[in-house]
Amino acid sequence: MIDTVRRRANWVIVVTYLLCLLLSVWPVPSWAEPYRPAWVVLATVYWCLFLPHRVGLLVTFSVGILLDTLTGSLLGEHALALLLVAWVTLKLHLQIRVYPWWQQTLVVFGLMLLYSFVLFWVDGMLGYTQGVLLRWMPVLITALLWPWIMQLINMLQQRYQVS
Amino acid sequence: MFALHHRQRSPRLFTRNPAGTVRTLLLIAACITLMFYDHQRGHLQKVHAALSTLVYPVQAAVNAPYALASWAENALAVHIALVRENSRLKKQLLMDAAELQQTAALQQENARLRELMHSGATLSGHVVLADMLAVDTDPFRHLILIDKGTDNGVFDGQTLLDAHGIVGQVIQVGPVSAQVALITDPSQAIQVQINRTNQRTLAVGGADVNELSLPYLTNNADVKPGDLLVTSGLGGRYPAGYPVAVVTQVHRDPAEPFASISAHAVADLDHGHEVLLYFPAIPEPPAPNPGRHNKPKAAGKKTK
Repeated sequence: MIDTVRRRANWVIVVTYLLCLLLSVWPVPSWAEPYRPAWVVLATVYWCLFLPHRVGLLVTFSVGILLDTLTGSLLGEHALALLLVAWVTLKLHLQIRVYPWWQQTLVVFGLMLLYSFVLFWVDGMLGYTQGVLLRWMPVLITALLWPWIMQLINMLQQRYQVS
Repeated sequence: MFALHHRQRSPRLFTRNPAGTVRTLLLIAACITLMFYDHQRGHLQKVHAALSTLVYPVQAAVNAPYALASWAENALAVHIALVRENSRLKKQLLMDAAELQQTAALQQENARLRELMHSGATLSGHVVLADMLAVDTDPFRHLILIDKGTDNGVFDGQTLLDAHGIVGQVIQVGPVSAQVALITDPSQAIQVQINRTNQRTLAVGGADVNELSLPYLTNNADVKPGDLLVTSGLGGRYPAGYPVAVVTQVHRDPAEPFASISAHAVADLDHGHEVLLYFPAIPEPPAPNPGRHNKPKAAGKKTK
C-alpha cells in the first residue's frame, strides 16, 4: 500500500518536472522568447517547499543539468542558479509554507531575482551581455504565475496523494 | 503501536536539515567546476554527448507537433497546389541548371589558372541534408538543434549551409543530434572577405539573429552598402568562397578609428527548416577533432 503510494508520488513529481522542461524549450515566436517564465523554478520551489524530504538539492542539481543541456548554455549554469533557489527554499520552507499566497508570490519574486542574477552574472562573464532589461522580465512573470501553478500542483498532489 | 501507525501514515511535517551545508557547498563546487571545464571547449565532449542523448526524447516530443503538421501539410495537400509547386520547382531547376553549366566552365577555368599560378587546387566537399528541430534554446543566443549526430558522421566544428549561404557551425555533437551556433551568435566570428575588393576581415555576431557586424575595418576601408561578404577560408573552420552576408550600413565617424558596419546574413537564419551539412573533401588532419580519438578506443574495446 505504502509502496504503491510512493511509486505514484514519484510519478507525479517526474511528470511535473518533465512538463516544465518541455515548456522551457517549447518553440515560441522569437520576440516572446525573453518573456518565457522560468517553469523549472516554479516546480523546484513547489516541491522543495512541500516535499523537502523527497525533492532536495540532488534532484534540483540533476534537473538543472538537464535544463542546461536543453537550452545549450554552459553546463552547470542553470544548475547553480536552481541550486541556490532550492537552498534558500529548503532553509526557509517552514516559514514560507504558512505564508498567504500573496506573500509567497513575493518570496518567489525574490527567488527569481536571485536566479536571474546568477544567470546574468555567468552570461556576463562569458560576454553574452545582450538584453540587459529583457533579462528581468521572467522575474515578474514567473512570480505572477506562482499562485496558479501552486494551486495546480497542489491539486495534483491531493489527487494522487503525493507525500 | 499507535505511534508506529501514526508515523507511517501522516505526512512528515518536519524534515531534519534538508539543505545540509556540506552537501550544498559540494554541489555548488560541482557546478562551478563543470562550468569551468565546459568553458574550455572539448573537455566535456563525452558528458555532453551522453546528456544530449538523455534529453533527446524531450526535444523530439517538443518537435513532434511541428513534424506532424508539416507531414499533414504534405499528405493533405491539394492536387492543384502540388501541380503549381511542381511547375515552379521545374522552372527553378531549369534556371539553376543553366547557371550550373556556367559554374562548371568557370571551375575549369579557375583550375587552369591556378595551375598556371602553381597554387594548390581548391577541393570541394559534399553536403548532406539535415532537419532543424523546432526547439527553442537560450533566448540570448542564436543556437539551433539538428536531427543528425555522430551516427551520421557529424563532427565538432562542421559547417552548415543552406540554399543561400553559410548558416553556422556545429558546436556540440551527440549521437543523434547536434547543436549549431548560427554565424550571428554572440560567441561567433567568421573570417570573410569583401567579394568586390578581396579585403579580408572578421564578421562577428550579436543580438539580432540576422545581423553581423564588421568591427575591424578602418574608416578609409573600401566598403559600401550592397557589398557581398564571402567566406575567406582562413582559420580553417569554414570552406572558402561561400556567401555570408550583404553589407547594409556603413557609418564612418571621424572620431573613431574603425567604421561601424553592419551586414545582413544571406542565409535563412530565422525561418529555415532544412540545412546542409558540409563534408570537406579531405578531413583536415591538424584540426582538433575530439570525435577522432574516440575511435581507436572503441575499436579496442570491441576486440577485447
